[in-house]
Amino acid sequence: MRLIVPLRGVIQGRGGLFVGSLIPCCLFYFLQLYLKRRRPPPTDPTELPRTSSRTNLFSRGNSIGRVRVSSRAVPVAKPSDSPYYIGLERVKTDPYDRIKNTDGIIQLGLAESTLCFDLLQRWMSENLMESMMQSDDGEFDISSIAMYKPFEGLLELRVAFADFMSRIMGGNVSFDPSNMVITAGGTPAIEVLAFCLADHGNAFLIPTPYYPGFDRDIKFRTGVELIPVHCRSSDNFTVTVSALEQALNQARKRGSKVSGILFSNPSNPVGNILSRETLQDILRFAQEKNIHVISDEIFAGSVYGDKEFVSMAEIAGSGEFDKSRVHIIYGLSKDLSIPGFRAGVIYSFHEDVVNAAKKLMRFSSVPVPVQRILISLLSDVRFIEEYMTAHRQRIRDKHIRFVEGLKQLGIPCAESGGGLYCWVDMSSLLTSYSEKGELELFEKLLTVAKINATPGTACYCIEPGWFRCCFTALADEDIPVIMERIRQLRESSRS
Amino acid sequence: MTRTEPNRSRSSNSDSDKNSGNVGGGRTTGMRVIVPLQGVVQGRGGLFLGSVIPCAFFYFLQFYLKRNRKNDESDNSGEQNSSASSSSSPNSGLPDPTRSQSAGHLTELTGLPRSLSRILLSPRNSGGAVSVSGRVNCVLKGGDSSPYYVGQKRVEDDPYDELGNPDGVIQLGLAQNNKLSLDDWVLENPKEAISDGLSISGIASYEPSDGLLELKMAVAGFMTEATKNSVTFDPSQLVLTSGASSAIEILSFCLADSGNAFLVPTPCSPGYDRDVKWRTGVDIIHVPCRSADNFNMSMVVLDRAFYQAKKRGVRIRGIIISNPSNPMGSLLSRENLYALLDFARERNIHIISNEIFAGSVHGEEGEFVSMAEIVDTEENIDRERVHIVYDLSKDLSFPGLRSAAIYSFNESVLSASRKLTTLSPVSSPTQHLLISAISNPKNVQRFVKTNRQRLQSIYTELVEGLKELGIECTRSNGGFYCWADMRGLISSYSEKGEIELWNKLLNIGKINVIPGSCCHCIEPGWFRICFSNLSERDVPVVMNRIRKVCETCKSQN
Repeated sequence: MRLIVPLRGVIQGRGGLFVGSLIPCCLFYFLQLYLKRRRPPPTDPTELPRTSSRTNLFSRGNSIGRVRVSSRAVPVAKPSDSPYYIGLERVKTDPYDRIKNTDGIIQLGLAESTLCFDLLQRWMSENLMESMMQSDDGEFDISSIAMYKPFEGLLELRVAFADFMSRIMGGNVSFDPSNMVITAGGTPAIEVLAFCLADHGNAFLIPTPYYPGFDRDIKFRTGVELIPVHCRSSDNFTVTVSALEQALNQARKRGSKVSGILFSNPSNPVGNILSRETLQDILRFAQEKNIHVISDEIFAGSVYGDKEFVSMAEIAGSGEFDKSRVHIIYGLSKDLSIPGFRAGVIYSFHEDVVNAAKKLMRFSSVPVPVQRILISLLSDVRFIEEYMTAHRQRIRDKHIRFVEGLKQLGIPCAESGGGLYCWVDMSSLLTSYSEKGELELFEKLLTVAKINATPGTACYCIEPGWFRCCFTALADEDIPVIMERIRQLRESSRS
Repeated sequence: MTRTEPNRSRSSNSDSDKNSGNVGGGRTTGMRVIVPLQGVVQGRGGLFLGSVIPCAFFYFLQFYLKRNRKNDESDNSGEQNSSASSSSSPNSGLPDPTRSQSAGHLTELTGLPRSLSRILLSPRNSGGAVSVSGRVNCVLKGGDSSPYYVGQKRVEDDPYDELGNPDGVIQLGLAQNNKLSLDDWVLENPKEAISDGLSISGIASYEPSDGLLELKMAVAGFMTEATKNSVTFDPSQLVLTSGASSAIEILSFCLADSGNAFLVPTPCSPGYDRDVKWRTGVDIIHVPCRSADNFNMSMVVLDRAFYQAKKRGVRIRGIIISNPSNPMGSLLSRENLYALLDFARERNIHIISNEIFAGSVHGEEGEFVSMAEIVDTEENIDRERVHIVYDLSKDLSFPGLRSAAIYSFNESVLSASRKLTTLSPVSSPTQHLLISAISNPKNVQRFVKTNRQRLQSIYTELVEGLKELGIECTRSNGGFYCWADMRGLISSYSEKGEIELWNKLLNIGKINVIPGSCCHCIEPGWFRICFSNLSERDVPVVMNRIRKVCETCKSQN
């Protein structure tokens, strides 16, 4: 598309008709010439033995026979240069341990929670075997877990999932199991949705800062672009319709087709919760522009603030909107803290999307034994209630403790109400207020203070100095250690 | 959209009236524009026409785009004013009667603003329905009418059960194995097996999605055992994925770009159409093998297919073989594999060797040779082109576990697929279950041995039974299938005749088998019968049902 833009300028400008006609003519001739050249010469049978003789001649030749991987696999194979992944890799080489490796790097970069492992541990030790081995008539039947089952998940699991989701979302909304596809985690769920909603080269609008993993999930294989819609600290990083509008128009001007809006609620990395009005505005905007809405609600149950969480499903179900454009992603990795189970779900109001996703689940379905465990875990209402209360309470406590510690150091956090992390404003520690300064600080945190926090650059935040710190995998006694390390870092950089 | 173009351009551009005729003529030919122009340029019209036409094209395109963009903006501002009224009324609560129709229309995709203004005009219409991506349409439609999936559906609806539903459809189409398997093992020591590995931090936290090292070592050990210790597998070259489908998809993604193709000797597994084509955009070029050669592939045919594809401008990036072959169950000989490697070397392409049935070799005469063994002694340059897909759940008869492995010698492929496994990961409980199941070599040996014996006995029985009915099978040495020659039963020697017979088998005989056409076999009348589902008691039932179909066929003839 961009070929056309400069030419338009030429025609409307001085050069006028002459130049404007000369250029396309030249282009055409060259194209034709090129095509003619490129046409493969007719293959004659003598060519067959020739190639083989070549291998014989150069049997030592190194470069001839080397086989190549596809060009799209090359960027995937390359080590990532995003600080998010660099940090995660670094922690693996030298992880902090309270007793064994007190000098190691403390992980604040990975959103996982160990807060309620005691509860889970108890449940698993009591029920794990029974849940996997159970069957309808009480007798264990291997075929209930060993055989092929529908890829989109057993109906029982979908029912349990629907029930669980509406429970953690405050009971204001009910989910229909037939609109649901169980996936092997949130990551495949996002990829499958991207594949279903956008063609190669299309784009999604995405409010920044956003979760750095989206880059991989969406761009790696589906070829869908992400167009950042910048949000600012002055709005507490909440997306506005005017910003969306502007980004959409710019994208259209550049010729890329926008197929949808993707956002996370509670947002990752900021942790703020979108209000009912904002959600309505977004959906109204999407309806006007006839695009999809993907709402990633994977932290819906990890809400600890006073603000009420509203699911996009509730807005869509209000009857005011065309709901077929609404798609929701949910998973158990965060709210139930069982990322190892790799259980996620696509909830879509669009029949075609549900059907396509069901079929695509042949590539990333949840193993049946795991499904069995999940069915009993999710249907154990008493346990779930107990767990959710404890989960929320403990995140709240940890959040207060962590934020308080930072406050004492004079480091403020953005206001947040959900998620396993907080969004920390470290701009006071920057040597220069720029992306470079931020990355320098990231490097210093990693090597000197030995803390891995995700810098805002990795989340495409346009204001430098923000860091995402996940606090839910920390023990209470770790927090003073972190604060001490940050304090030392600040002092050493001042002196 | 294109309809409005001439009007606009004519009114705005008076000095190119003459050209607009040319444009109209050119446009009707669509994509072929370049070809006639070339003729014009080289022919009489010469330089003049040859330059006027492309110029005209460019101008019109630019005017058109300009026009369109302006409309866009004005439309948008209009929308904002009316949005409040339009969004609340038109779609509220109305079911979308025509949504599924319009979702299929690609043309709707380009006309975003227009479809909106249409809502305003006729609010009842579903103009606002949002469309899904164009590429997902092939997934939606993809092969549901194929007998393979129709048959599965029928079995799901009405499954045979010896006691509960003796009239139901018997499943002979799906490669799952309930002969034995992990059953014994799970039943014997379930507690220890699962709870051992399942400490909460072990199963609940994030773990490498390409597999724990422990599991990789266990898998490497299992593969070594399955190949009868002829070659050792290096755990660092393994990447675990959730099922063979995703293993093949990941390899297709890594080895070929969109629009490239793989050679696949047919008959082949019906799943490739989905695994390779759906999301990666890679094409499959079938290389037919014939019954006269006992369905062995010949290098001459491969060569021919390769050059034909090259002539058409399709780049071949590799060849996918299955060994033991699916559906025939035959084993590739050492010579065959060497020839294949030579072929790949000469043409500089990859080899994907699908060895998902490596542990289910039941014949005594054949020797299973893994591609890994062939390249073990080769130089690096050749090893890098070999990629092996291995399915744990098939050989362990535990398809519900959904775990498979890619074994590759190519460092870039390995590092790319390691990252891609986050998109189809093996969950930690599964990994721990597998570790405790297969890390004990004694268990594995016993398991592989029992599996072989049971497969062998049921295979012999089934083939004997079919022989009595006058149905011959090709010699099968591995896998869960036999490849039955029912050419004698089809009414017309064509694909249609084959589907007719398949319908009879499904409706009269109530057995679900896979017709050869699903496996892209070019000779009609061959059927894939999966026997690993059957118990000894079921075989006579199956035989009776096939006999019934035979009789109806004969009476019709």
